[in-house]
Amino acid sequence: MDFNDTAEEAEFRAKVRSWIHANAPKDLEPELSRAAFGTSGIVSQDPLTASKAWQRKKADAGYACPRWPTEYGGAGFSPIESVIWSQEEGPFAALSAQFTVGHGMCGPTMMEWASEDQKHRYLPPLAAGEEIWCQLFSEPAAGSDLAGIRTRAQKDGDDWIVNGQKIWTSAAHLASFGLLLTRTDPDVPKHKGLTMFFLDMHSPGVEVRPIKQANGRSGFNEVYFTDVRIPDAQRLGAPGAGWQVSLTTLMNERLSLGSAISTGFPALLDYCRHLELNGKPAVDDPMVRSRLAKLAIKESGLKYTAFRAITALSKGEAPGPENSIGKLVAGLTMQELAMFALDLQGQAGVLGEEADGYFQTLLMRAPAIRIEGGTDEILRTIIGERVLGLPPDLRADRGIPFRDIPTRGRD
Amino acid sequence: MNFAFSEDQESLRDQVRRFFADRCPPEAVRRIFEGEDAFDRSLYGEMAGMGLLGAAIPEDYGGSGMGPLELCVIAEEAGRVLAPVPLLSSIYLAAELLMNAGTDAQKSSWLARLASGEAIATFAHAERAGPVIANTISASISDGKLNGAKVPVAHGATANMAIVSAREGEQVSLWLVDLHDPTVKRETLANLDPTAPQARLHFENTPAEPLPNSGWMTIKHALDRAAVLLAFEQIGGADRALESARDYALERMAFGRQIGSFQAIKHMLADMYVAATLARSNSYYGAWALSTGAEELPAAAATARVSATEAFLLCAKNNIQAHGGMGFTWEAENHLYYRRANALALALGSQSVWEDRLIANLRDSDRAKSAA
Repeated sequence: MDFNDTAEEAEFRAKVRSWIHANAPKDLEPELSRAAFGTSGIVSQDPLTASKAWQRKKADAGYACPRWPTEYGGAGFSPIESVIWSQEEGPFAALSAQFTVGHGMCGPTMMEWASEDQKHRYLPPLAAGEEIWCQLFSEPAAGSDLAGIRTRAQKDGDDWIVNGQKIWTSAAHLASFGLLLTRTDPDVPKHKGLTMFFLDMHSPGVEVRPIKQANGRSGFNEVYFTDVRIPDAQRLGAPGAGWQVSLTTLMNERLSLGSAISTGFPALLDYCRHLELNGKPAVDDPMVRSRLAKLAIKESGLKYTAFRAITALSKGEAPGPENSIGKLVAGLTMQELAMFALDLQGQAGVLGEEADGYFQTLLMRAPAIRIEGGTDEILRTIIGERVLGLPPDLRADRGIPFRDIPTRGRD
Repeated sequence: MNFAFSEDQESLRDQVRRFFADRCPPEAVRRIFEGEDAFDRSLYGEMAGMGLLGAAIPEDYGGSGMGPLELCVIAEEAGRVLAPVPLLSSIYLAAELLMNAGTDAQKSSWLARLASGEAIATFAHAERAGPVIANTISASISDGKLNGAKVPVAHGATANMAIVSAREGEQVSLWLVDLHDPTVKRETLANLDPTAPQARLHFENTPAEPLPNSGWMTIKHALDRAAVLLAFEQIGGADRALESARDYALERMAFGRQIGSFQAIKHMLADMYVAATLARSNSYYGAWALSTGAEELPAAAATARVSATEAFLLCAKNNIQAHGGMGFTWEAENHLYYRRANALALALGSQSVWEDRLIANLRDSDRAKSAA
């Protein structure tokens, strides 16, 4: 066992490290390094401008979208090279937050299902950060049960006409294009009547409204569709094959392999070194140590699980199912960690939500981490069924036409 | 990055797993549990014959000289089947202490016998309830004679030799004691996990020879090394308990369905999988530190230990829960895993002690230097 790169990996690491060293926006590093999960942390300038500038630089040098083929504007890296790239990019990767959905989910779906002409038209500007994409899947009445979406698309000549509402759409307010899952046939069972499209977000009838979240921020949107026309040429996959297409997207929806997700533990440990409790550093208090240790093994467990995945990639093998634990562990741990940090602060823990309270910010973001991209419950079900081989739950809507599924009056 | 066992180590695992499947079925564990003997002597002898006991002992001293990573693999497989043998006392602790602090003569006279299973040894350290700290060690040495009592001592009633922590003046150091000496009184004690018997040892002017250069740091270092090996036994046990729960959830019908289709059961098992996976990854970190002699061994060992203890406890208790009433019968093996999980959680000092050590080590370390 060792943590060393192979000779080729070391050479690759040296090359990208020196490029990043020479080109990354170093002046932003302090802000980026302190960013809470899912934010860039940039306040000294417009974050989107900073993000686009870094993405442009990477694209010009051939370093945008590590896993994408070069012909579509990607870097064409192998899986292990992608891991090394992300390790070296470090805090600057937080600048890519607004591109994550487009690069990680929409792009790969387009690569699989769009025409060659469309791929050449849409993928390079997406890779370069010129055009932002969003993913229009979740709806008010269909989140975990995604196949229950109700947004309708009806054929009208060479177009489709779309009516309905999407929600929890990251970056919709910035997006040029979106990947849209619709219901085209309500008379067949729910998985069979779906169709996927991509559309211009500036089409007439598309209205984007930001959602003010529980933490006061607005990273997500509601998107309303009123008689929006989409050309049939922008359909991805056959009519009725939308579920199959969406699986391509969702398979890419997981925090990328090999990059361990931090839970905020280093910040808490550091805080406990400095906080005084009963006349000594909090970190020397037995109760504090016990709580810290329970959090430390989560942080290190995620780190070394990622190392196991990297090892598999380095050998050209597929990583094992152990990577399915990442977001489940990270979300729960962040929330618990934030609550413990506040507990240590005592009555003062109530102060400082947004301005300077790192743990307060984490506390207020953590509930979303446990929901977005698969709730804790869905993730446990996936582990239970796909990893442990347990049988699926009974489904009350199985095999019946979508329009006959009970809704208790909601639609 | 190569953060995995090698192909040779994996094929050793396959070999050891087949061996245990054949030679250490649940009935064999049950015989020791029911008190037929203090440990499974024929199993232990065959393990010795395969070179498993001496995996980390150099060939010069009668071992098979494979290495610590191989011993981790063996420990995991032994943990899976609850092998009723004195690996912890004789191999992870006594042999490691001898290798670390013994004289050449002590190593020559004992290591080959421990590796061959001809003799077993133990580490006699605790004396009372609560954490073992240097100030509270009251066993003492004067004029080369040991006086005092140690409890609990794993396999203390059957071991041929013990390495005993004792005070000589202010200093606590280690002493080698022949347990067949007539001045040693041994008493077997009732114990939560009878597959690993416990004893009280009384020493009255018992001849003892020093392990030179041993002291409190030697003990800490040995406990760190043993913690990594024990973590592998724990993750082996955790995995087996999870598999047992999974198998039952697939087989047992209730309300007209397999109980594994209920989310309450499915999610409980998913949480067991998560804990077992974190523990495995953390134990690999421990194995890396053990095999490379990294400075981070104390932090890595405590990380592995805390995580593996948590995982085995969770998997063992939930394995009973998943089985319902069947899991609480004497005949079912669930309680043997539950007993072992709880016994191992205490074996090298309790969870709170290791949590304390983990954070004490992290407090002072620059974590950034621990690779990539």
